[in-house]
Amino acid sequence: MRIVIAEDSVLLRAGLIKLLETSGFEVPAAVGEAEGLLAAVAEHRPDAAIVDVRMPPGFTDEGVRAALVLRQEFPEVAVLLLSQYVEERYAADLLATHTSGVGYLLKDRVADVSAFLDALRRVAAGGTALDPEVVSQLLLRRSSSPLERLTPREREVLALMAEGRSNAGIAGALVVSESAVAKHINNIFSKLDLPHAEADHRRVLAVLRFLDGDST
Amino acid sequence: MVSSSVGRRVLTHAPWSRATWRETVFVASGVPLQFAGWAVVALPWLIWAASDLAVILLWLAVPLGAAVLLARPLAAAHRERCWAVLGVDIPPLPPRGEGDGLWSALGDLRSPELWRLIRYHLLVGPLIGLAALATVACWLGAFVLTTVSVYAWALPADSPLSLTGHAVRIGVLTVLGVVLLVGTPYLADGVARWDVGAVRSLLGPDVTTELRRRVEDLAEKRAGVVDAADLERRRIERDLHDGVQQRLVSLAMNLGLARETMADLPPDALKVIVEAHEEAKEILTDLRNFIRGLHPAVLEDRGLDAALSGVAARVPVPVRLSVDVPRRASSTVEAVAYFVVSEALTNVVKHASATSVDVAVLRRGDVLHVTVTDDGKGGASFGGGTGLRGLARRVGSVDGTFRITSPEGGPTTITVELPCAL
Repeated sequence: MRIVIAEDSVLLRAGLIKLLETSGFEVPAAVGEAEGLLAAVAEHRPDAAIVDVRMPPGFTDEGVRAALVLRQEFPEVAVLLLSQYVEERYAADLLATHTSGVGYLLKDRVADVSAFLDALRRVAAGGTALDPEVVSQLLLRRSSSPLERLTPREREVLALMAEGRSNAGIAGALVVSESAVAKHINNIFSKLDLPHAEADHRRVLAVLRFLDGDST
Repeated sequence: MVSSSVGRRVLTHAPWSRATWRETVFVASGVPLQFAGWAVVALPWLIWAASDLAVILLWLAVPLGAAVLLARPLAAAHRERCWAVLGVDIPPLPPRGEGDGLWSALGDLRSPELWRLIRYHLLVGPLIGLAALATVACWLGAFVLTTVSVYAWALPADSPLSLTGHAVRIGVLTVLGVVLLVGTPYLADGVARWDVGAVRSLLGPDVTTELRRRVEDLAEKRAGVVDAADLERRRIERDLHDGVQQRLVSLAMNLGLARETMADLPPDALKVIVEAHEEAKEILTDLRNFIRGLHPAVLEDRGLDAALSGVAARVPVPVRLSVDVPRRASSTVEAVAYFVVSEALTNVVKHASATSVDVAVLRRGDVLHVTVTDDGKGGASFGGGTGLRGLARRVGSVDGTFRITSPEGGPTTITVELPCAL
């Protein structure tokens, strides 16, 4: 799997390259700012890009804006944003138009190597990976309308779905059986009035509903 | 004590005391300046008495213009005199508005200061000048009369000025001279005080104006200090973010990699690596929270709403947040508002045992209203390490108001108003 990295800290960039290469990824390019990222992606067409949120020249949200451009121009390239802080507002920007092939994690999460690599693979495969902190922020803000009908357990399940976990992953995280998870998910679907359709599609809809709690 | 103070008073007013002569010199040195105003106004008339209307008008206009132009230099000369002779410092007037031309001088006619100056130069000053002349005359009289017996003795008896045979008159004149010699120091002292008082009140800066200027000056300086502190916080945040934080992430990542790839290490060695890894992650979390409290980058990028939703989400108590800030405030005011909410929420978590918190941030006109209400047990006070004092101080640094109501049993409400137009 081929990954392009945009990270302005030289140390961390080198660390990420080492991490990815020892784990069997290929890193055709690693750049230090947003402009270079777009050029590198255009040239190498990787499976995914790992992008730092805060990069030169402004050191604010260049990474988020670059990620939006990237998703627009190269929809087949997944984007995993890394940030020292996760801000719901950045996640909302990112998820407003794209709900697949995007991820947004705290930079600290790279320390948990295997979990980080799982998230990266998930995103590259067209899934999502949201940091639990982002999810809790989103939950707080979107505590309106149909979502209020959910039980706390169902909210937990939905939050984990939003993080991009599979049923098995959710079952593991909550220490319950997979069938219990499936039951919760079915309850969520019905409480959110989601149409019967292919399971994956409904999952995405549920997450969307969750992320965009204002619409009914 | 009374007698000693009376004694000192007499001594300082003795005809030979330094103070007396300083005051006399001071009083006398004012005379030319005090009559300069009238001299300027009257000068044309002395040279040529005008009869023609046009000339009369000209003769009115020229001295007036001269008075306007000379008022400030004359005042400066009086202040100099006070400082040079008596060591009394009268602060200078604020400078006249910009420009040096006649127009700006005429524009000065509208300033109340100029009229205070003219009042001194044309009214009070000349009166003091007269008193000063009287003082000088008294000194002359004192010296002439106390020494009258010497003339009487020195003059030949046949001189037309001879006072021989006027012993009684000589006696009376001598007594009068002594009286003048003793009395004139008090007169000099009185006139000097009068003059200093008049110079201070009429030629010095007006107290109200001066205070207002000083308040403006201080407000400006304080705003500068507050902004500098805010800037410094942002710089520290940036330095920590670019340096320590990145290196720690890198370290934690390497430890994580070691932990996963070196599974065949002896259990003890692996345990050390695992512990180091966990420790590094905890430090990262602490550092992240610390840096965020310092000055979150998102506050600068996206404003209060975005930054506060982040804060609210990190609090383990449900928070209802409403932010209505149509126009962003200055970054310093935003930072204070952010700090207020995040500190207040920290307090709620630590002390209030609340089940829900309401946070409202509204901008109405040029005031940012911040309200934090919790349904906890109340009884919050400024003591007890609640950080409320620090909050109030930080609010005060931008001229905001801070109110807290927290009856025993709750609820606790913190209300902060921050002026946005500094």
